[in-house]
Amino acid sequence: MAEEKKLFKVKIDNITVEVEPGTTILNAARKIGGEVVPPAMCYYSKLQGSGGKCRTCLVKVTKGSEADPRPMPKLVASCRTTVMDGMEVANITSPEVQDARKGIVEFLLLNHPLDCPVCDQAGECDLQDLSYEHGVSATRYEFKRRTFDKIDIGDHIKLHMTRCILCYRCVFTADQLTNKREHGVLNRGEASEIGTYIQQSLDNDFIGNVIDVCPVGALTDRTARFKNRVWFLKPVDAHRNCDKCCGKTVLWMRGDEVFRVTARKDKYGEVEEFICDTCRFDKKSAADWVIEGPRAISRHSVISQGHYVGVHKPHETIAKVMDGRSPKLLMDIHSISEVNQPAVDLSKIDGPAHSNDFPKNNSVQ
Amino acid sequence: MGRKLLLDKAHIEGIRYYDVYRKNGGYAAAEKALKSMSPDLVTEEVKKSGLRGRGGAGFPTGLKWSFLAKPEGVPRYLVCNADESEPGTFKDRYLMEFLPHLLIEGLLISSFALGANRTYIYIRGEYAWIPDILEEAIREAHKNGWLGKNIQGTGFDLEIYVQRGAGAYICGEETALIESLEGKRGNPRIKPPFPAVKGLWQCPTVVNNVETLAAVVPIINIGGDEYVKIGIGKSTGTKLISACGNINKPGVYEIDMTISVEEFIYSDEYCGGIPNGKRLKACIPGGSSVPILPANLLLKTAKGEPRMMTYESLNDGGFATGSMMGSGGFIVFDEDQCVVRHTLSLARFYHHESCGQCSPCREGTGWMERVLKNIENGKGKMSDIDLLWDIQRKIEGNTICPLGDAAAWPVAAAIRHFRDEFEWHVRNPEEALKRNFGLAHYADPLPVVAAAAV
Repeated sequence: MAEEKKLFKVKIDNITVEVEPGTTILNAARKIGGEVVPPAMCYYSKLQGSGGKCRTCLVKVTKGSEADPRPMPKLVASCRTTVMDGMEVANITSPEVQDARKGIVEFLLLNHPLDCPVCDQAGECDLQDLSYEHGVSATRYEFKRRTFDKIDIGDHIKLHMTRCILCYRCVFTADQLTNKREHGVLNRGEASEIGTYIQQSLDNDFIGNVIDVCPVGALTDRTARFKNRVWFLKPVDAHRNCDKCCGKTVLWMRGDEVFRVTARKDKYGEVEEFICDTCRFDKKSAADWVIEGPRAISRHSVISQGHYVGVHKPHETIAKVMDGRSPKLLMDIHSISEVNQPAVDLSKIDGPAHSNDFPKNNSVQ
Repeated sequence: MGRKLLLDKAHIEGIRYYDVYRKNGGYAAAEKALKSMSPDLVTEEVKKSGLRGRGGAGFPTGLKWSFLAKPEGVPRYLVCNADESEPGTFKDRYLMEFLPHLLIEGLLISSFALGANRTYIYIRGEYAWIPDILEEAIREAHKNGWLGKNIQGTGFDLEIYVQRGAGAYICGEETALIESLEGKRGNPRIKPPFPAVKGLWQCPTVVNNVETLAAVVPIINIGGDEYVKIGIGKSTGTKLISACGNINKPGVYEIDMTISVEEFIYSDEYCGGIPNGKRLKACIPGGSSVPILPANLLLKTAKGEPRMMTYESLNDGGFATGSMMGSGGFIVFDEDQCVVRHTLSLARFYHHESCGQCSPCREGTGWMERVLKNIENGKGKMSDIDLLWDIQRKIEGNTICPLGDAAAWPVAAAIRHFRDEFEWHVRNPEEALKRNFGLAHYADPLPVVAAAAV
């Protein structure tokens, strides 16, 4: 009989879970799921070495382990701290953690432009979700926010550093998925920026994945920029035979038009499998894809407000009530209005409209 | 006159060179360690001496050495942290400039104890002339058989390399230093794993301060038991203090941690008092990142006892009424100095030096600087003081490396002890541009709270 693997018992917010040794607190919490999962802006389970930078996943370890029950002196980054047997962790049950997280959200939003109304990421932005849940409604920052010029990284990717929260996910992606690293962090402190040295374009089949891993709208798809808001689009699962990647993607469509192609993301915003640039940028026609069906989106997401599956149209009862007669208008606005006339197209009038532009309505005495 | 162990021969002419150093008893400790002691015995001796890290944290060195993982077939490294960039601290520069062989001897003994065959000195970029001094000393030591293969016939090999930094304060943090040494961007690593397990090139590494490593030499010379007798309690041995600010005799002093702060500032042997008959207002006793203390709390602890120049006594009362020994950068302020302005310049420093890796420090340090700049320039609001307090509270302890704490503590301490001065700045913006708050009540003796009856 094979020897049974020893599992570690961990208590997170008084919920016990058994995980394998070497698991991080964050992943143990994800095993439980629900509200005890700390938010993570920089950790990405598919990228080695990521995490520990944004500090939103801070938790309090109230009991180190069975062997050493002392609590940890500081809050720890749950994405990079591995569990011990008998560890007890407080996340939503600790006011200290909630307070610290509030502070972190404020820091992250400090230099963020909050240009959500014109940002392509809005609606699927991790920072939006985070600040909705943990942030405060107003900022206490009264100074000029730092800004950067937008940079085109190659033909397909736009870098808008002003929105960046420096999670380093794209740096790890570029480092681990591509062969030649040309993507990194320049400068330091507040002035640090993601960039390529001397504006080199990133030439690689998988570099488009930096768009998917970006938690904010700092890296966007130039082929889909400003084309549509995500909540007006219908995400559908689709696949194609691709010789470079798995070919499993999500198409963001309206009608038969494919606006955007992304990888499939799980509920923590992490892609299931990375996809290649050909699939992402070049295959923008529904005919290129085998469509599997609508993508399941969390009902809390703004994307699912469109209700595009199982739509029930409201039952029109008026005709039934009136025995098939159409309702009679009490008054026809066109018949009495001087300016609201179907024959006059306002957009064809040069400059502001004058009374001369509207023929006298004879019906009015 | 306190006992000197590190700087006792610093006055001898030509001590920088091997011949003079050797003639004055140099390399005797190395000879003793390499020829008559085992590595474990040396570690044991350092443990016995109670030597504490001189870089700022004050962690027991012997204990740190004993944490070093020793897997088979994996090289171990010793790294000497000479990236001394803390404002107010300049003791390592003095040691390296005038006694390079003392450091090399210390490195030799420590490497022997740790079993490291390759040792690096990571030196601050701004110390442009010191690598030449160190490299010449290394050449001399090579020539005389103290470095290289089979040192003095003992079979122990050691090479020492000097690596220049590029002038980043953050590279004084041990994991950032290791990253920088590996040729990468100097971002602190996320711990664990600690360098003792996975450090330089993923191998077990010990990073020690220059002064710590130099102090190993007298420990071997006189023995750990003798060393532990110097000083009070857990503050054993001697400590270099770099004194600066409003004092008559700024400079590097070696103290044996038995004197009081008052004696250190006013005695002729050390700082020699405050010039022009001014009065003491405040002091930062351990380099820019430790909390500032007003005169009354500096000279006497909250319990009314005189404050001594030891790790424990300076820390007496925690952060509420105490400070830290830190790296020994002793900055003295007289009554003409403005605490708000001073806090602003520290905040500017930490803002400039933040590496930008984790969000609280990257965003918070800049915010603190801007708010302080407003207060200093007469545009402050009363709420700004509470805002500053809240910002520092949210940075402290939530960052990857201690730079966040180091940026938060000076601001916290300034507001804690000098809130009146901040409020005066806000209330009298125009006057604050013309004159300083002055000494006010900061030197008045504090009432001692009677101990509660048991």
